[in-house]
Amino acid sequence: MSDRPALPPLVPDGAWPDAPVGAVPVGVVVDRTKSATFGLTPEEFDQVVGHLGRLPAAVEAAMFGALWSEHCGYKNSRPLLRRLPTEGPQVLQGPGENAGVVDVGDGWGVAFKMESHNHPSAVEPVQGAATGVGGILRDIFAMGARPFAVLDALRFGDLATARTRYLLHGVVEGIAGYGNAIGVPTVGGEIAFHPSYQENPLVNVMALGLLRHEELQSGTVGAVGHVLLYVGAKTGRDGLGGAVFASADLSAASDADRPAVQVGDPFLEKLLLEACLEAIQAGLVAGIQDMGAAGLTSSVGEMAHRARLGVDLDLARVPRREPGMTPLEVMLSESQERMVLTAVPGREDDLIGLLRRWELDVVPIGVVRDHGRFRLFEGDELVADMPVGPLNDAPTYVRDGREDPAASAARERALDGLPPPADAGAALLDLLADPTIASKRAVYQRYDHQVMTNTVVLPGAADAAVLRLKGSDRAVAATVDCNARYVGLAPRHGAALAVVEAARNLAAVGATPLGVTDNLNFGNPTVPEVYFQMAEAVEGIREACLALRTPVTGGNVSLYNQYRAIEGVRAVLPTPTIGMVGVLPDVRRRATMALARDGDALVLLGEGAPSLGASSYLARVHGLEAGAPPTLDLAAAERLVTTLAGLVQAGLVDTAHDVGDGGIAVALAEMAIAGGRGVDAELPANLAGHDDAARDVADLFGEAAHLALVAVPEAQLAAVTEAAEAGGVPCHRVGRAGGDRIALRAGALGLDVALADARDAFERTIAEALA
Amino acid sequence: MPHLAVLRFPGSNCDDDARHALERVTGADVRFVWHADSDLGGAGGVLVPGGFSYGDYLRSGALAAQSPVMHAVRAFAERGGPVLGICNGFQVLTEAGMLPGALARNEGLAFVCRTVTVEVQRDDHPLLAGLRRGQRLRLPVAHHDGRYVADDATLDALEAEGRVVLRYLPAADPDGNPNGAMRDIAGIVGGRGNVLGMMPHPERAAEALLGGEDGVPLLRAFARAAGVSA
Repeated sequence: MSDRPALPPLVPDGAWPDAPVGAVPVGVVVDRTKSATFGLTPEEFDQVVGHLGRLPAAVEAAMFGALWSEHCGYKNSRPLLRRLPTEGPQVLQGPGENAGVVDVGDGWGVAFKMESHNHPSAVEPVQGAATGVGGILRDIFAMGARPFAVLDALRFGDLATARTRYLLHGVVEGIAGYGNAIGVPTVGGEIAFHPSYQENPLVNVMALGLLRHEELQSGTVGAVGHVLLYVGAKTGRDGLGGAVFASADLSAASDADRPAVQVGDPFLEKLLLEACLEAIQAGLVAGIQDMGAAGLTSSVGEMAHRARLGVDLDLARVPRREPGMTPLEVMLSESQERMVLTAVPGREDDLIGLLRRWELDVVPIGVVRDHGRFRLFEGDELVADMPVGPLNDAPTYVRDGREDPAASAARERALDGLPPPADAGAALLDLLADPTIASKRAVYQRYDHQVMTNTVVLPGAADAAVLRLKGSDRAVAATVDCNARYVGLAPRHGAALAVVEAARNLAAVGATPLGVTDNLNFGNPTVPEVYFQMAEAVEGIREACLALRTPVTGGNVSLYNQYRAIEGVRAVLPTPTIGMVGVLPDVRRRATMALARDGDALVLLGEGAPSLGASSYLARVHGLEAGAPPTLDLAAAERLVTTLAGLVQAGLVDTAHDVGDGGIAVALAEMAIAGGRGVDAELPANLAGHDDAARDVADLFGEAAHLALVAVPEAQLAAVTEAAEAGGVPCHRVGRAGGDRIALRAGALGLDVALADARDAFERTIAEALA
Repeated sequence: MPHLAVLRFPGSNCDDDARHALERVTGADVRFVWHADSDLGGAGGVLVPGGFSYGDYLRSGALAAQSPVMHAVRAFAERGGPVLGICNGFQVLTEAGMLPGALARNEGLAFVCRTVTVEVQRDDHPLLAGLRRGQRLRLPVAHHDGRYVADDATLDALEAEGRVVLRYLPAADPDGNPNGAMRDIAGIVGGRGNVLGMMPHPERAAEALLGGEDGVPLLRAFARAAGVSA
């Protein structure tokens, strides 16, 4: 081993600073007039004073402000989130820890969670996105799980603008730079574009980790007398106040906020990851927590709160990158790649030795006490003293919501009278070139999606990512989904459709859905129209998750996603992104969307007619965001998901794709492009219930809640039909695979385009934007 | 039977993948060797894996090339021991002066991850034993700095000495040269033919389940050269 500079003693000699309980901290006291400086309302400030029995020191006010921010304290969303189902036999860890964990069988669990880094990415897209990846990976390995996949849900504004291209480039570069270097594959995700995200993009990152059941960790301080170890990067002034920043309106002033965006170091995180997992496997770790938003404040505070104990921290011991930092700066720094660990009693030296072998800074910074307080010392001086409970228990608000009349008017707008397309083939090519629908190949080729050698289904090849479990027949599938146009027009219905879409996508690769992580991206919750969207969306998620038996094991809330436009404050489309994880019992029985054989029968599975309301077709071809989203019958959705997954798991189907954006025409075109062979299909005349021209358009391009397409050899058609109908899922044979054209007919309407032209339209948009 | 060594630098990230593939394909005993060690522990062959050694913040592979373990690897190669460098491992070997030339930033200036076609140019080196000249392999690449560059004299010498062993095949694949490598070079040998550096990842193409097995012959040749009866 190389020579290292002399280090302080591994375990302090017991000379931790101390003070009598009730001692008053030194430092500048602040009063109610300063409440806004700390992100508190005057009423919240009064509550802080009540909890302390005195006016707070600045560092105390700042710590309350950070932990009571929306980002950490969920003060506007917690009452809503309590509505979500969180339990099921497959749940090993529900909400409340760094990530949820579901059982995938054979003694394996999958830890998974999604988090947003929207505001940092708006200001500095490369580092904003990179540190978003870094932060969620730490949450995963803090559970004792080895991160093994990342998916991203990204939202941008108008792709034709320079700003959107700048943000797209930057965010992709940030995700690639961090994920590729640390060696966790980026295996899937979705990217959608809508003008509402023009100034405020969304960067939601979902990570999955694998653990043995017995390796499950907790973010706890352990027991009285345990020493808290600070591990990783030094603390600097970067990211100062990020938790408050993430919960504040974005404004022109945000360009001056650059120091609030953290800078990531994937190399250091790789060392942290390997060291922490090795320490956990060696049985040395009693508690482990990532320092994320609000840094030391939230990590140590949450650990103490979970253990219902107190902590004394000596700030003088915290490794610092620059001199002259105040207690407030040390406590709120969001420098990246830092963790807090507690050792199993008696194993402190072993743990510290192991961590240092990975070239990490390890410093004891505090000790666990039974006083139930979060106390800070700077050397011998007491600088803060707060009760752990109230600090971690932000006040919550239940607000009044009301629907924006413009949304209900758009939803109820009559859509008859729209002319059918003069050229349905041109309409298909136009939809395939729509940035939201178009191939994201140019993006995912910048991500290492194969490192760790588990990626069985490559990005873009199927509706969900599939990763094998080494040493097991099983595989894990994951997807992220949200059609925010649906949610904007009908929040409850649209959010339920996002859950259903995620489940459909898992079923289309052959996975049984297990659990959900959600990332709720909304505007300002104090605006009644926004609160209405939030409350309704959560109800929609609840209803769908109950119907599909997919509990929500964790997630993230990102509010104040809005900006000041000339016409006033503009919020993003309400975007409750759904991340869903499922399991395939036998990795050999899986499906992709690629048509695999000429002559395969194309079969439409499911019930409910496609409709043009809220569709991509209306938005792209008619410039209309109107109408009601597709009719949803949760029982029908559950039948389709169960049956489709069952068909794949039984080995009867290896080619499947759900009907989503752009309807049956786009779904068939995507299957043809992926498989390099054409299709010839005629949709049943009664699909949409009528046979007039408008209905023909809906058959081709309308969208649906519970339809999917499969392709099967003729010889298997009878078995597939029988199995589907036994599951209560209607089947229609609609055509066959083969040739080099995409030929579709629905009643009087038809299209016939060359496969090569379709591929060109599909591939060009994003490749050109990233070139 | 000797065992195989896979080096581990801080920041290596294909070390586990290489070990998994070698164990699976060759049945060899595969052991990691930490960058700070200066003893290869009697290994019959050394694989320098992909990743971002030391973060690759200076130049890819530049710091790793100076690590204690690389001194041992250089001595091992000088004694004729087989060394296979993949991706970052190839970068490390050039930075260590064990292979000529350098790996520069990709022509497209972006990381590229996809499967490419390479053509085997030589089959008379031990690290390519079992492959056929002209054989085409489908292998994944995943790198930011994979554009092989050298001066003309070096390139001419490499060609003349038959040391260009793997070439991208733009003729078979419109984006066939993924990084703009000079003369489409994907892999070269050095030393007495016992040191092979290549940008594509054979360890990622070692199972049909993951999309292909074209990397298997390369892993087997490495193991056999190391004295493992694979």
